[in-house]
Amino acid sequence: MSTRIQVIEKILSANDELAEIIRQQFDSAGIYAINIMASPGAGKTTFIIKLLEALHNRLRMGVIEGDLASSIDADKAKEAGLPAVQINTGGECHLDAVMVASAMASLPLDNLDLVIIENVGNLVCPINFKIGSHMNMLVASIPEGDDKPYKYPGAYRGVDALVISKIDLIPYITFNMDYFRKGVEILNPGLVTFPLSAKTGEGMEFVADWLVSKVIEWKSNLLDDHIS
Amino acid sequence: MHELAVTQSILSIALENARKVDAKQITGINLLIGQMASLVDDSIQFYWDIISEGTIALGAKLNIERIPTEMRCYDCGILFFPNSETFDCPACGSIRVQVIHGDEMRVDSIDVE
Repeated sequence: MSTRIQVIEKILSANDELAEIIRQQFDSAGIYAINIMASPGAGKTTFIIKLLEALHNRLRMGVIEGDLASSIDADKAKEAGLPAVQINTGGECHLDAVMVASAMASLPLDNLDLVIIENVGNLVCPINFKIGSHMNMLVASIPEGDDKPYKYPGAYRGVDALVISKIDLIPYITFNMDYFRKGVEILNPGLVTFPLSAKTGEGMEFVADWLVSKVIEWKSNLLDDHIS
Repeated sequence: MHELAVTQSILSIALENARKVDAKQITGINLLIGQMASLVDDSIQFYWDIISEGTIALGAKLNIERIPTEMRCYDCGILFFPNSETFDCPACGSIRVQVIHGDEMRVDSIDVE
């Protein structure tokens, strides 16, 4: 005779709990963490490298790179002179809290203001796994097409900022910006959006300035919380 | 897809709850999964059959209840089930809509002996 036991637990609650611990560790180190997500080939790494250049001497930064099986991306960040850790997910389609927790241990947490975490290129899976970041940012590139918000609603709903990358390709590609933006607006009303080209540098200063002000504001709130 | 990680979490939640009541066998797992949750039922079942081996959950039946995507219009307030890819409100055409249901991923209950 079987008995039914109520559980009502989120399937990924164990991951969520560890993500909360990671976030508290970032908080106590005074580090703002950004989780950058995108499809493969959207230009995440190029965008991040350019962002690191734009933020040089303004914020002390570290990088956690998620990838299936190489260290090409972390090597690029190290070339730029920044502390970087590579997580090879060994075929997993997303970063999870356990992976980020172990990567954190390799970063000089006492000397950083900002940690940029590059997630695995994928518009479906990463959004379900919290990793302790303060902000989720999505990079959507023009060549992917204007229908992506409609096809991957989860990715667009779960983010706090959107970068529209490769805008230098607009003249060559059929991309209806109004249709794209309508989809974004439905899923995530009022989402902060930065159209830019990491290649030409157009628009990079806006996202860089915005991030600096975000981090400063966050740090001052953190300080207020400690005092009160 | 991340069904393996999801299935591992389902197994550990089921085993943990079964242990609390000293269950000898888990016969069923009842899941609530939203239509927007990007999970494939067959894929969860596939992994389940492999990873539950050697546990008291082996052979448990996975019952997956799908929760349809439901939205509310901010402008006219009606609740609706979107059937177009654009999610517009069917009553007033507004695009200011909010997702109410559809991204759930929960273990609702387990059946034990």
